[in-house]
Amino acid sequence: MKRLIVHVALIGLAVLFLVPLAVVVVNSLRTSQEIAATSMIGWPAHFVFGNYPDAWDRFCMAEHCWGIEPYMLNSLAMAIPATLISTFLGAVAGYSIALWRFRGDQIVFGIVTLGIFLPEQMKLIPWVVVLRDLALTNTIGGLILIHIVQGMSFTTLFCRNYYVSIPQDLMKAARIDGAGFFRIFWRIVLPISPPILVVTVIWQFTGIWNEFLFGVTFTSGANQPVTAALISLSAALTSEPMYGVQSAAVLIAALPTLLVYLFGGRYFLRGLTAGAVK
Amino acid sequence: MAALTIRGVSKRFGALDVLKSVDLEIESGEFAVLVGPSGCGKSTLLNIVAGLESQSGGTIEIGGRVVDGVPPKDRDIAMVFQSYALYPSMTVRQNITFGMECRGVAKPQRNEAATRVARQLQIEPLLDRRPSQLSGGQRQRVAMGRALVRDPLLFLFDEPLSNLDAKLRVEMRMEIKLLHQRVGTTMVYVTHDQIEAMTMATRIAVMYQGEVQQFADPDTVYRRPANLFVAGFMGSPPMNTLPARLTSEGNAIIGAGRPDELRITLPVHDPAFAFRDSDIVLGIRPECIAEAGRRFGPSPDATMAFSADVEMIEPTGAETIVLLRLGGSPVLARVAADVRPQIGAAAPFVLDTSRICLFDPNTQRLIA
Repeated sequence: MKRLIVHVALIGLAVLFLVPLAVVVVNSLRTSQEIAATSMIGWPAHFVFGNYPDAWDRFCMAEHCWGIEPYMLNSLAMAIPATLISTFLGAVAGYSIALWRFRGDQIVFGIVTLGIFLPEQMKLIPWVVVLRDLALTNTIGGLILIHIVQGMSFTTLFCRNYYVSIPQDLMKAARIDGAGFFRIFWRIVLPISPPILVVTVIWQFTGIWNEFLFGVTFTSGANQPVTAALISLSAALTSEPMYGVQSAAVLIAALPTLLVYLFGGRYFLRGLTAGAVK
Repeated sequence: MAALTIRGVSKRFGALDVLKSVDLEIESGEFAVLVGPSGCGKSTLLNIVAGLESQSGGTIEIGGRVVDGVPPKDRDIAMVFQSYALYPSMTVRQNITFGMECRGVAKPQRNEAATRVARQLQIEPLLDRRPSQLSGGQRQRVAMGRALVRDPLLFLFDEPLSNLDAKLRVEMRMEIKLLHQRVGTTMVYVTHDQIEAMTMATRIAVMYQGEVQQFADPDTVYRRPANLFVAGFMGSPPMNTLPARLTSEGNAIIGAGRPDELRITLPVHDPAFAFRDSDIVLGIRPECIAEAGRRFGPSPDATMAFSADVEMIEPTGAETIVLLRLGGSPVLARVAADVRPQIGAAAPFVLDTSRICLFDPNTQRLIA
């Protein structure tokens, strides 16, 4: 009986959480005319798949009729390098904070991780100045720079917490063998890092892909990542609402992070709880 | 020639004096063991010798060369760690030759060296395995191989056997001692285990609270401990130490004035002259007290008979440990295995007076 209540409650909550997603999925398979004629919520009279190709490269928004394809490519061009570079820098920073004692190392660690707790809005103005001075306003390069710098708080924290479990004796042995800072990193630390690198890559990619505020603030027009461009979808007030195509576009935009979740989710949990050395 | 000279080395962490001006001179070919309870500074001293930590004061010389400020890799040393410290992602072969790789030695020579050392340590079949596929004893061997392949002036061991189970520890202890006899290289070995110190060392440095309490060969450390700390730390069970009084005739009285007082005629001890008619601490090893009938040494004078109340017995198989009360103080004795005195009754014992140590109760130092 008790189990039954728990199950009913869990299933009920799951349905509640999944309703918005289900509505979007169903609507992406209905024609916009049908949605407009009946209701936002409803089962398709007949399934159509044309919304997806339309959303990909034909749908008109923000005065261009090229769909979301260019914005998806923008997002990839932003998220992939920003993820890889911020992960690598976080690994190097975490390694040096965890395994090399230097004067003020704990203060450096404190300052780096403070970035996690700063609200994004607070950082907008400083970034405006930085991007302007570096001539990176309205470029994907500018967003990459922002995500690398801001991502390092998390990647450093993750990697440092993983590397502190590497015994000091290992470092001592390597130093007696004559290995320096970078040789120890490449040959000893990096080869035992995959569990935590998977975690930081998943975390960073999802975070950067889904980020909206910086994208919409610092880029415009054809330079926007897909999260920022999607806003133009609902802003197309002049024409009739195109719920079918819009739903398809939203789903395409969410696909990369959904795939990362489906394929990487278990590595994420495993990596966060793993130790560096068995 | 001295392989290692430690001169006035001190180490401070903030207000804490971890090492207080340590002086040690270790001769070439010696097996020196630094032993002491945890926190005595022995590992810190070893790290300073290796160059992994820097000293607050003093000088380290290795093979007659001052090495202060010289990085670990250029000190001509090799080190074996308690946790083995094998590189987890490398094979045994790569682990052994990583130092050569860092020095830019060509691959064929590296492989040759790895094979030679592996043969010496009988780990040839393991060369292509990773550390996670090895047992504790095998890992320890690989760690020793990594040290051996350097052919250094000085081997440093930091509690290398502490992670092994009791049986394997005894095996590896013998193996390291054999290795020392074979290669003849100077070794400095840190341990908290006084048995390891006694069995392996040519000389033992007993450390406590950042100071060397005594630096001498194992027999001297065991028979003539420099102070009460050494007397209590070395040996298991440790030396019995009990308050006593030295008479004007040079005899020791335990429990003076009590009905069970024990008067011991000491062999002539000139240095104790100054302590006549004053309180002292008398030290006697458990094995120097035995069941009645045993004779100690060639001289009949050394063996003194007495009787004492038995409070408890611990038969270990090889011997029986007896807790008895002597002049009011608890005393442990090691008697023959088949002797089982009755608990709560007085039993006859003998005592080896030639092996009695006298300590100054104020300075705790050995008088005679």
